[in-house]
Amino acid sequence: MVKKADRSKRGRPFFGEELVVVNIGIKPFYEDLKTQKVKVAHVDWEPPAGGDEEMVALLDKIL
Amino acid sequence: MVTKIVIKKNQYRDSVFLMVINERARSLLGIEEIAVMMGTDNNKDIMGKVGFSGSEIDSATANDIIICIKGKSEEMIKNALAQIEEMLTRKPCPEELEDVYKTLESTIRERPETNFAIISVPGQFAARETRKALKHGLNVLLFSDNVPIEEEIEMKKLATKLDRIVMGPDCGTAIINHVPLAFANAIASGHIGLIAAAGTGLQEVVSLIDRAGQGVSQAIGTGGRDLSDKVGGLSMLKGLEILDEDEEIEIIVLISKPPGPSTMKKILKRVSKSPKRVIINFLGIDPELISSSGVMAARTLEETAFLAVATLKGEPYQPKNFSLSEVDLKRILKEETQRMAPNQKFIRGLYSGGTLCDEAMIILKDSVGEVYSNIPLIPELRLTDLSKGQKHSCIDLGDDYFTRGRPHPMISPETRNRYIMGEAEDPEVAVLLLDIVLGYGAHMDMAGALTKSIKAAKSKAEDRGGYLAVVTSVCGTMGDPQDFSSQVKKLKEVGALVMPSNAQATRFAALVSTRGRNRV
Repeated sequence: MVKKADRSKRGRPFFGEELVVVNIGIKPFYEDLKTQKVKVAHVDWEPPAGGDEEMVALLDKIL
Repeated sequence: MVTKIVIKKNQYRDSVFLMVINERARSLLGIEEIAVMMGTDNNKDIMGKVGFSGSEIDSATANDIIICIKGKSEEMIKNALAQIEEMLTRKPCPEELEDVYKTLESTIRERPETNFAIISVPGQFAARETRKALKHGLNVLLFSDNVPIEEEIEMKKLATKLDRIVMGPDCGTAIINHVPLAFANAIASGHIGLIAAAGTGLQEVVSLIDRAGQGVSQAIGTGGRDLSDKVGGLSMLKGLEILDEDEEIEIIVLISKPPGPSTMKKILKRVSKSPKRVIINFLGIDPELISSSGVMAARTLEETAFLAVATLKGEPYQPKNFSLSEVDLKRILKEETQRMAPNQKFIRGLYSGGTLCDEAMIILKDSVGEVYSNIPLIPELRLTDLSKGQKHSCIDLGDDYFTRGRPHPMISPETRNRYIMGEAEDPEVAVLLLDIVLGYGAHMDMAGALTKSIKAAKSKAEDRGGYLAVVTSVCGTMGDPQDFSSQVKKLKEVGALVMPSNAQATRFAALVSTRGRNRV
């Protein structure tokens, strides 16, 4: 799925009216945003295919 | 001595979480060396360097935790392992669970309004996650390092095609829609926008703008390699487009180490067409080269901030070397130098911010001459022994050499405290020059954590019949979680001087080392 930006050249701010964040990786970044009352979700990320890079490359080709 | 290696299969934890475990476990009774890391190739290299190797480590994957411990006895290792196990299995609080997802895809399904991603996964997986985020229509702050430059170029080209921006890789700070992201300061909102390929450069400028009573609504990081000729400033060019169209922004500030020659031309050509007033600080580049393109140029980070503030207010700007009056400056200089031994002449900068370290060397080059460093201005001035300074030197303790497998000096005072004590042993050292960087992500009381070693270093010089000057600056704001004023107070209480900016601290250090002969 490739979403081309739908922002018109004038008017709508590039980063949106409100920042809605997904944090993928280091958790304190999520916690700091939560403290600031920013809308944020955290992805409890794990290496794909159990960290096997060859398998990841293969999966990326198939999917 | 006993060594034990334990592999915990399929239990991924992020690097900051594991760093905390390393720090705590290191202080346990009878533990000589420890490494608790994911089994990435980079981490295996680090473990090898501290003496941990073997087939168990070789066969671990990036999804396995490797625990290596060297201790005085089996019993002490067993005790440490039990404590590490307990730390690893800490369960999240129930209120955290509603915001936590397994994948980016499941997050987007549940929260389709998501428009921004912060990505800090290990370098070899960073491009994969970034591509996914871009294809879901998100803008990206990519904190991860160890990302190949070819992948950086590919990600940035994809972002441009999709009308998105990738800030990074190795981007540690940004302010987007007034929100401080990653290692960033709490800044008042306002009409200044920044684009920076220099993390602590951005932090210093936005903090000084805030403390001068103005504000910033967007500060876009690009990652340190963006202005190399290979990448060609793809993120800075996109950032310029964004800030040009942002109705709230009146002044655009660009900060970077010297760009590649063709990229510099490209950027200068682009900014000459901007409808906004533009101020550029390409650290170390002759301002004349920049101002000939019809934009304003600044020499230091402080000048950049104050020029932006004055321009916004429609006031003339006259650069000043010091905020202190001439009388106060002379008085403090006398106080700091009168008890020094004649052989005390060298400056030793111990930095947590790379750009601040760079700026100090650029200022010192013109006032005291050659400055040695691990990130020198010219290759001939590279420090050969990184365990201490030599002559005049500035060490960037946040450089990869010091942070591989260890916490960054903005997070932990450990490395810097060790270096402060080391420099205090050298009778020729006159000044220690330090930065204290505040903001989200940084240590909650760095000034407090350095005071013991500052005091001890000063005592050591006094015991020899001399005096050690400690000159500091605090990069941060009143709104930062650490409380700017109390950080300044703690430093002053142990006899450290606190100057209003890194540029002023550096100039003052030069004055002290030359006993006021050089007034740059």
